[in-house]
Amino acid sequence: MSDTLLKTIFGRLTLESFPIHEPILIATFAMVALGGVALVGALTYFKLWGWLWRDWFTSVDHKKIGIMYMVLGLVMLLRGFADAIMMRLQQAMAFGGNEGYLNAHHYDQIFTAHGVIMIFFVAMPFVTGLMNYVVPLQIGARDVSFPFLNNFSFWMTTAGAVIVMASLFVGEFARTGWLAMAPLSGLDYSPDVGVDYYIWALQVAGVGTLLSGVNLIATIVKMRAPGMTLMKMPIFTWSALTTNVLIVAAFPILTAVLAMLSLDRYVGTNFFTNTLGGNPMMYVNMIWIWGHPEVYILILPAFGVFSEVTSTFTGKRLFGYTSMVYALLVITILAYLVWLHHFFTMGSGASVNSFFGITTMIISIPTGAKIFNWLFTMYKGRIRFELPMMWTIAFMLTFVIGGMTGVLLAVPPADFVLHNSLFLVAHFHNVIIGGVLFGMFAGINYWWPKAFGYTLDKRWGTISFWCWVVGFWVAFTPLYILGLMGVTRRLRHFEDPSLQIWFVIAGIGVAIIAMGILALLIQLYVSVRDRERLRDVTGDPWGGRTLEWATSSPPPEYNFAFTPVVHDLDAWYDMKSREAERPVGGFRDIHMPKNTAAGVVLAGLSAVTALAMIWYMWWLAILAFAGIVGFAIWHSFDYDGDYHIPAEEVARVEDARTHSLASTKPAEA
Amino acid sequence: MSAHHDAHGAAADHDGGAPHGTRKSYLIGFALSVLLTAVPFAIVMADGIVGPQTAAGICMVFAVVQILVHMVYFLHMNTKSENGWTMMALIFTVIVVVIALTGSLWVMYHMNANMMPGMGDMSGGM
Repeated sequence: MSDTLLKTIFGRLTLESFPIHEPILIATFAMVALGGVALVGALTYFKLWGWLWRDWFTSVDHKKIGIMYMVLGLVMLLRGFADAIMMRLQQAMAFGGNEGYLNAHHYDQIFTAHGVIMIFFVAMPFVTGLMNYVVPLQIGARDVSFPFLNNFSFWMTTAGAVIVMASLFVGEFARTGWLAMAPLSGLDYSPDVGVDYYIWALQVAGVGTLLSGVNLIATIVKMRAPGMTLMKMPIFTWSALTTNVLIVAAFPILTAVLAMLSLDRYVGTNFFTNTLGGNPMMYVNMIWIWGHPEVYILILPAFGVFSEVTSTFTGKRLFGYTSMVYALLVITILAYLVWLHHFFTMGSGASVNSFFGITTMIISIPTGAKIFNWLFTMYKGRIRFELPMMWTIAFMLTFVIGGMTGVLLAVPPADFVLHNSLFLVAHFHNVIIGGVLFGMFAGINYWWPKAFGYTLDKRWGTISFWCWVVGFWVAFTPLYILGLMGVTRRLRHFEDPSLQIWFVIAGIGVAIIAMGILALLIQLYVSVRDRERLRDVTGDPWGGRTLEWATSSPPPEYNFAFTPVVHDLDAWYDMKSREAERPVGGFRDIHMPKNTAAGVVLAGLSAVTALAMIWYMWWLAILAFAGIVGFAIWHSFDYDGDYHIPAEEVARVEDARTHSLASTKPAEA
Repeated sequence: MSAHHDAHGAAADHDGGAPHGTRKSYLIGFALSVLLTAVPFAIVMADGIVGPQTAAGICMVFAVVQILVHMVYFLHMNTKSENGWTMMALIFTVIVVVIALTGSLWVMYHMNANMMPGMGDMSGGM
């Protein structure tokens, strides 16, 4: 075939695009391929494909979608963490004459992929997954406002993750750092497919994030149980509301910046180039207008989890509920007023820098108020040191240090010394691991019994906990020290041998964290294996206070047979104190949405469109995009989207629960 | 597709919802939006009636009015629709947009003013 024909069909994709000369990638590919074949084989052998497709992939049930988000986050955590181990190993080795084992081309892709994956495909799915699972249950709703949209959002996020993973084996990923700053990310300096992979992965996943934000806002605003006024809303739901408001306001900015960057790269505009009037500083400015709210998008739901956990495990009403709500609202607005602190050194001058330095210090006030509220909730409470509470206390100790180094960095003169140093790297890992990730682990341990009907094994959970907490400090304290000595981030090789010891210590830290991840996986395995031992039939294993604990574990498809009526802030605690009787009769048909494959199809076509755009296969991009539009129109004429669960079926499920509740009563008494 | 129907009953659906438009309000909206499009278009096409800066200014003002017309006549927004949530959302949106625009202009103006001599004027394409 002629070259032109090949180029028309395959675009930029040639045999050289497959990294067969990189032994590390070949080995990784072999591992992934073997694992993939084993997984596919096992699914086929146990005939699970139908079950997976019918009960999970096409499900519009917010609970199942929430669990799928968590699985996505966990899988991508393993990938992102593998990148972290590789970086730590390289930096511990590459001193003086030793070049380490990674070349610059590969190393730069690894630190970019690590950042992108950990933020967009680990932290975001975890956060969205928890909100998806918990919010409708907490407000006494049957599902989210738009159940199909929810399924579609999940698959768009997954499609983004698939695009990033594809770059590992076909072509390469960006070598620009996780925000792909212009002009480095422009065509002049990054002519290959890496940045295009970055752009399209984030654009596709961004659609999912934005729509899920819209969906959850509508759910919280419109579908709360009768009696649940805004100030009687559980604090996790409040944090979810503010988070999704931030998502809806911030993500379009990211979409716009990336769209302009793609125009620069695809059609030769000059928004962010060095020439023809382009201004790369505008890219930095705009991406941080999204980037700073993003930080709060991640941390606010974690704050919500800690609030629920603290009040549950101290057996007290949350101290200062009203101030917690106002702190969330203040943070929501202030999150938009601090973005410049990410580039004090770009040269805006004293007036601009001092304004943003001061706003940054101000935003630590509501955050600090929340810490005091948790402490006062614990004060004179009967604290039960279950796993969620342990993560919460570890968070408070760790996060306060991270917050203080953050306020230190908010002082512009100090930032001029510490900008782009390992001190900064240590700071944001301190708040993201110590805040977001610890929060997600607290949430997983807290709500797991609700999702599956048995608690997580405490022994392995405790081992995982200590490995994570100790490993975190061993890994990142050396980075604080190195940063203060002036070592900058993203370096592949060092000359000064006196620094090596710190990198070796950091490497030991990451090994301890690896033990923590291993223990987490063992914890999940042991808990599934010993589920009968860990079984909870009450639906309320922790003595919970909010509505999700009022229903069975796992909750029935329809969540609540009757929509609960709310009289007090801690609605379930209030019901328990008034000894409210569970309704056992008079059930009615329940109107429910039907499962649909449309989300998988649309997201799959979006991934194909994106991959075709990355490789310049224009014909395929046009076909796949036409497919998206056509299928979406066709799907919108499908009126067969709902069904009724008959009252007899509801009665059967509820009677089974009545029966199992009665069987545990003697044991309690 | 809506579990909402069941959860709150049919009565809740109209509670505090947005009002529907009438034929008259749609026609007024349509006429206004045509006018607000045609006038700036004509000013730009008829090169030289006003200076380029005035023309840009007029376009901006008409664009803002256009947004308001759409919100009132087509999206049926007022201070009471959806129990005030649409108004709340609008206020929040305006706050964020104003912060992002004025902040960016302020920041970029200072960046430009602080460029090192010889690096050229960055404002050329802005």
